[in-house]
Amino acid sequence: MKLTVNGKEHEVDVEDDMPLLWVLRDELGITGPKYGCGIAQCGACTVHVDGISVRSCQLAAADVDGEITTIEGLGTPDAMHAVQAAWTEHQVAQCGYCQSGQIMQAASFLDLNPTPSDDQIDAAMSGNLCRCGTYPRIRAAVKTAASRLQGA
Amino acid sequence: MGRIKTIARRSFLVGSTAILGGVAFGTYLYKREVENPLEAGLGAGEATFNPFVKINAETVTLITPRADVGQGAYSIQAHLIAEELDVDLADVRIEPGPPSPAYYNGVVAAEGMPIAATSDTFLARTGRGAADVAGKLLGLQLTGGSSTVPDMYDRLRMAGAVARETLIAAASVQTGIPKGQLKTENGAVILPDGTSLPYTELAEIAAETPVVKDVELRDPAMWRDLGKEHMRTDIIAKSTGTQAYGIDMQLDGMVHATTRTNPAIGGGILGFDATDAEGMRGVQAVIGITGGIAVVADNTWRAFQAAQAVDCDWGPSPYIGDTGLQFDAVAASFVADRQDSRFKDEGDVEGTSENADVLEAEYRIPYLAHAPLEPMSVTLKLSDGRLDIWTGTQIPGFVQMNAAKIAGLETDQVHVHALMSGGSFGRRLEDDYVRQAVEIAVQLPDTPIKMVWQREEDFTHDFPRPLAVARARGAVVDGAVDTFDLSIATPSVTESSLGRMGMPAMGPDVAIVAGAWDQPFAIPNYRVTGYRVPAMVPVSSWRSVGASGNGFLHESFMDELCHAAGVDPLAERLRLCSHDLSRKVLEAVGEMSDWGSELGPNRGRGLAFTLAFGVPTAQVVEVTQTEDGIRIDKVFVAAEVGRVLDPVNFEAQLSGGVIWGLGHAMNCELTYQDGIAQQDNYHAFEGMRLHQAPQIMVRGLENGEKIRGIGEPGVPPAAPALGNAIFAATGQRIREMPFSKHIDFV
Repeated sequence: MKLTVNGKEHEVDVEDDMPLLWVLRDELGITGPKYGCGIAQCGACTVHVDGISVRSCQLAAADVDGEITTIEGLGTPDAMHAVQAAWTEHQVAQCGYCQSGQIMQAASFLDLNPTPSDDQIDAAMSGNLCRCGTYPRIRAAVKTAASRLQGA
Repeated sequence: MGRIKTIARRSFLVGSTAILGGVAFGTYLYKREVENPLEAGLGAGEATFNPFVKINAETVTLITPRADVGQGAYSIQAHLIAEELDVDLADVRIEPGPPSPAYYNGVVAAEGMPIAATSDTFLARTGRGAADVAGKLLGLQLTGGSSTVPDMYDRLRMAGAVARETLIAAASVQTGIPKGQLKTENGAVILPDGTSLPYTELAEIAAETPVVKDVELRDPAMWRDLGKEHMRTDIIAKSTGTQAYGIDMQLDGMVHATTRTNPAIGGGILGFDATDAEGMRGVQAVIGITGGIAVVADNTWRAFQAAQAVDCDWGPSPYIGDTGLQFDAVAASFVADRQDSRFKDEGDVEGTSENADVLEAEYRIPYLAHAPLEPMSVTLKLSDGRLDIWTGTQIPGFVQMNAAKIAGLETDQVHVHALMSGGSFGRRLEDDYVRQAVEIAVQLPDTPIKMVWQREEDFTHDFPRPLAVARARGAVVDGAVDTFDLSIATPSVTESSLGRMGMPAMGPDVAIVAGAWDQPFAIPNYRVTGYRVPAMVPVSSWRSVGASGNGFLHESFMDELCHAAGVDPLAERLRLCSHDLSRKVLEAVGEMSDWGSELGPNRGRGLAFTLAFGVPTAQVVEVTQTEDGIRIDKVFVAAEVGRVLDPVNFEAQLSGGVIWGLGHAMNCELTYQDGIAQQDNYHAFEGMRLHQAPQIMVRGLENGEKIRGIGEPGVPPAAPALGNAIFAATGQRIREMPFSKHIDFV
């Protein structure tokens, strides 16, 4: 089957029910999306399909019906997306393993809701687990990114 | 690391008597300078001045041997060297280095001794010195116990200074200009006319220059980065998906493996039928390993699917397998022949005066999983008598030694490459996952293999924080806390962990009473007794180890006594406090939280204090009782660490510790049925999620002379401060974790 990831088309030969996460990581070598739980409980595998955040560990390869963006396609160290820049500025990451998913979740959320309330931020980000406890800085970084995106 | 075999047998790692015996025995070996492991692989024109700095014509390399499990260890180690070496960290390579006795931990063994952090007697100093001797003799390369900064603070700055002065000497030889007229800046020696000689260009001549050892460390007032806000070295990579973790390792021709061992802990495997699994797409092999099976496939998911399809005949767990019975075993351990320690025994707790109000309480603490978000994983290749291992580990030397044993190699044929870890919280002090992977490699040589555990395998094969029961009896007299007698029964983490490392644990286990026996309060009648429960399921160190639960026990009961006495919990702790640094921490948190001010209806404030890992830490939690349950509004934290090296990460580590402590106290337990952990993924073991996270205000105090680590001290006071706040808001006293068994949270 054909998959478009970060603007590049790939032909992959996988079972229909292989989760997108493992197509990305083991077939295409794209390791930004992380395996954490395999049951959509942690959000470390979050990617975008046509700009909308999805848990790639629960999305079967055959069900992908749009262009995939991973953290690598959102921005790069030299050209960061506003959410990544805010994450850097607030030094959110500790172990950092969940942060690809947190950032992808936040980017999609702010795209849909550019002026979120505190409660909306809490609701949108509570599906992404962080074992290190970076939540206060995630909240702050989402707000910074929101105001930057507003100003842009 | 080979020395461990000969020296550990004499066992002075733990237990006061044994350690003091080790001092005399070890003097000669201890005084010998350790070998620099960087000399072995040195190319022509490459210079190394000590085990932490290497320079060649291309780059400066800094070695940061303590594992980074998210606490920022690589960054702070690199900054300590760079501050003296005058290099910009953006221009250098940072590597963890090979396992080597040169990277021994000189302070962590002291955590195993019954020496109070408040004590500075001759015996206390001798004991701490013995920890350094033990660490050095054993080549104990271990990350843990919040020891990285205390252990490395002088060593790494000295390494940077020695390298800098040797480079200046080399520049002097090359230019003929006296050393006194040369200075260093941004990776170069600067000549009097302003000419800049990059360190890389000096490497060749520096390699021939005698190392300058007589150097002085800079006055902290002169520091460029340390002590000031600066960026962690890994932040950009971790914000852009470009940080490579152990699980991201890729090698040409690599296959993907997973293992499945008996979920009934220690039960072993009697046999298996892999017929179905072997026919599945992409499966290359199903092999037997200790306690279970491994599947090797061309994709991790295919390996996961096939592992589930293997029909395994599991044996029964040899341990007490049900949590109700496990608690019964703990509760039955308050007996004389299981008494492990009584390091605190002041006054007379048995004799109670006539006008005393006596209070008794029992507390319970569950097993808890580490469950770092990156599952256990390792990549390795065994070929032509050489084994390479890439993984996240806190014990690279033990990994090397144990892998060599399994593969039938000498330790120097095993090369361990430490990679960034996606969390640990103590989990990577075990090497069970590496040993499994080596078993696979032995059966599949010449093939690069990446092994990844399923999350369910991770939860059901953790070495959890042990459960505990505590019995407390106290008395208040004339509106003051007069008697405090705490008895704690729990299995021994030290016995369990050291047993797996092949080392005997001598003497009492300080972890059983850590964070309780050594608290700085002058209560007239004060006793803390540890009881060792016979080993059940294997247990291990979990962020803040013994203090993780004992802070809850000590500080919940202290709050109960203050309430019974009708005194303010802060005022009473200040009255009883016998340690100046701790008193200042209590005063600071009182000021930060505006302690004593009116909070309004349905609200409450709780205080707790724990001195652990040498760090007095006080926390005030504010809660509101809402229609949807208890909401944690704010947490105020004050901690004394001597010197804050990275204010941004300092706040991150303390906040993270608070959330770790709160989240598990509120929501988590690991329970067993037939020896099988019942919580096998995050739906049943959530920790804390963002919507429950409070605002956290942090203050670092720098009054003490000793510098301390901060990864763990934020944990112990969090749970009792929350419990005490819930009591203040609702009148409900919770004596069992998780609190969610007794009260709802928002």
